[in-house]
Amino acid sequence: MNQRKTLFDKVWNDHIVVAETADTPAVLYIDLHIIHEVTTPQAFSVLRDHKLPVRRPDLVLATLDHSTPTTPVSTFKDLAVVSEGALNQISQMEKNCAEFGIDLLGFDSANRGIVHVIGPELGATQPGKTIVCGDSHTSTHGAFGALAFGIGTTEVGHVLATQSLLQRKPKTFAINVDGTLPAGVTAKDLILAIIGMIGVDGGTGHVIEYRGDAITALDMEARMTICNMSIEAGARAGMIAPDATTYEYLNGLPRAPQADEWDAAVSRWRELCTDEGARFDKAITISATDLQPMVTFGTNPGMVVGINDAVPDNLSDPSFRKALDYMQIEVGKPMTGYDIDIVFIGSCTNSRLSDLQQAADVVAGRKIADGVRMLVVPGSQQIKKAAEDLGLDKIFMQAGAEWRESGCSMCIGMNGDTAGKGQLTVSTSNRNFEGRQGVGARTILASPMTAAASAIAGKVADPREYL
Amino acid sequence: MKFISKFSSRTVVMPTTDIDTDQIIPARFLTTTSKEGLGRYVFHDLRFNADGSEKQNFVLNTPAAQGCGILVGGHNFGCGSSREHAPWALLDYGIRAVVSTAIADIFKTNSLKNGLIPVVVDQVTHETLLQNPGMELTIDLEARSLTLANGRSVEFPVGGFARYCLLAGIDQLGYLQQHLNSIARFEESRSWTP
Ligand code: SF4
Repeated sequence: MNQRKTLFDKVWNDHIVVAETADTPAVLYIDLHIIHEVTTPQAFSVLRDHKLPVRRPDLVLATLDHSTPTTPVSTFKDLAVVSEGALNQISQMEKNCAEFGIDLLGFDSANRGIVHVIGPELGATQPGKTIVCGDSHTSTHGAFGALAFGIGTTEVGHVLATQSLLQRKPKTFAINVDGTLPAGVTAKDLILAIIGMIGVDGGTGHVIEYRGDAITALDMEARMTICNMSIEAGARAGMIAPDATTYEYLNGLPRAPQADEWDAAVSRWRELCTDEGARFDKAITISATDLQPMVTFGTNPGMVVGINDAVPDNLSDPSFRKALDYMQIEVGKPMTGYDIDIVFIGSCTNSRLSDLQQAADVVAGRKIADGVRMLVVPGSQQIKKAAEDLGLDKIFMQAGAEWRESGCSMCIGMNGDTAGKGQLTVSTSNRNFEGRQGVGARTILASPMTAAASAIAGKVADPREYL
Repeated sequence: MKFISKFSSRTVVMPTTDIDTDQIIPARFLTTTSKEGLGRYVFHDLRFNADGSEKQNFVLNTPAAQGCGILVGGHNFGCGSSREHAPWALLDYGIRAVVSTAIADIFKTNSLKNGLIPVVVDQVTHETLLQNPGMELTIDLEARSLTLANGRSVEFPVGGFARYCLLAGIDQLGYLQQHLNSIARFEESRSWTP
């Protein structure tokens, strides 16, 4: 019997309350449950109907992000919530958390932000934990060697009531990335290239482990960008083994193990790597060295092309043609020829300090092209403050961009931040689905550098010309 | 919800691949705190013009599609977000099963929790279904079978436990609660605490 285990196997095995059988799934213990206003109200209703308490309110991290406004305000009382429904959802969340004893990082909290930004930032996200949230980009937290995945609202109720989930063991998929990313090419470009290669269903049923020199060379924020988009390849989760970079990031954060507990935690975390010779169900190897900045041209993240390459031809596929019709993009031409209307820098994929810094480096001393609107939305209030301390807000505003409060904003367009019909947006978010950023809105996914360069050029632009 | 394990209905066909959850129910309709009444938003932006009128050529608006309870979608149906609003909306609209060659993981789990049957079929069967919209199919969850109009039956995979819960009317939360003692023991026996 092969005793050698993958990183995933180790975290999975460590959380089995009741083992799976042919007839029943495993009962898997959950260490951290992150909740937000959109996917939880119906779960709290179930608890109320069954007269059940939240079993471990201390393991729940709650915040407001999806339908909350990001317009700049002097006090939070002035916030203009987009609709009656959104307002109701926010007050429901406040009420639910108060009633069930959950600490909510709400409007008045300096720690509020996007679910997948604040977990890591507070040190609540840690190697070896199981982490769930009613949001598919929960895969982000896998960057720390956690097993983290999105769940539906019924399952949110299960975790609130029992701190456990019914799960079938997924398969494993190793993606080895050799080489080094060239200048101007970021983690976002790498993950877009990977999704282009394996397809938007390439990871279905699997947990991906990203490995290799190009991955270990990345800082934590870049690793989060990679794991974040695992779901766009259909994967259950994405993971990266923790290492010195991980420990350094976590050391001293408020919810990370403190003082005497720290050493014990690190020695436990050191075990969290895939054993030499352990078997994956599937594996591929790619090189980072030849990559270029990537942009999407269609209506899913797998429809992606190098910034200077011609949009490929696949017109025998009716879905491909439909996507290009919607996007008003022609085959045979590179994306750099298209004029744009909006640039969005933000979302749990690319709204961290290093993302904002990279974008600021491109726009510094330059002006955004006439007629282009640029929104910069930090991932959390902490990031907002850190960026302001570095003067990034001024750089953006002097270039003509809008500097916002934190939240999901144009990633999902639920809070009033949307693109109009037909408008073309270069976005650092994760989904270019039809209508994702507004009815009839057209989205191009790109890195913060590419998005910033495009804002300056007024059309899709190669960031390497602005370095 | 009364779950009926075997039913027959005609199909409505949406051959597009990668039909995502934002198409099934756009995000701006997620500002609800209830599960009810979401059917009116299903495929909203494909179904309606900006002025609220119906788009004549969208398949769900055609006379033939009325009353169809089985949706045949293209490959990789339900990809994207974890919003359970997607199966809630489909069920509320009257769709009871979704058929494709691949159905995204979270969507599948969410569907089974609510009694929407995800039916994954082989390419040949899929091709037949795509080419014959409106075909009357019989889906039998207990037998895990999909029967075509010509009488040919194919088996489809569906998690044994989810199927058992639906058929026996067992609430999965209740099942988990039966394990609360084991959960408490697990918490006590751990070498570290989260
Ligand atoms: S930023 Fe976008 S993807 Fe991330 S949690 Fe918010 S809505 Fe979801």
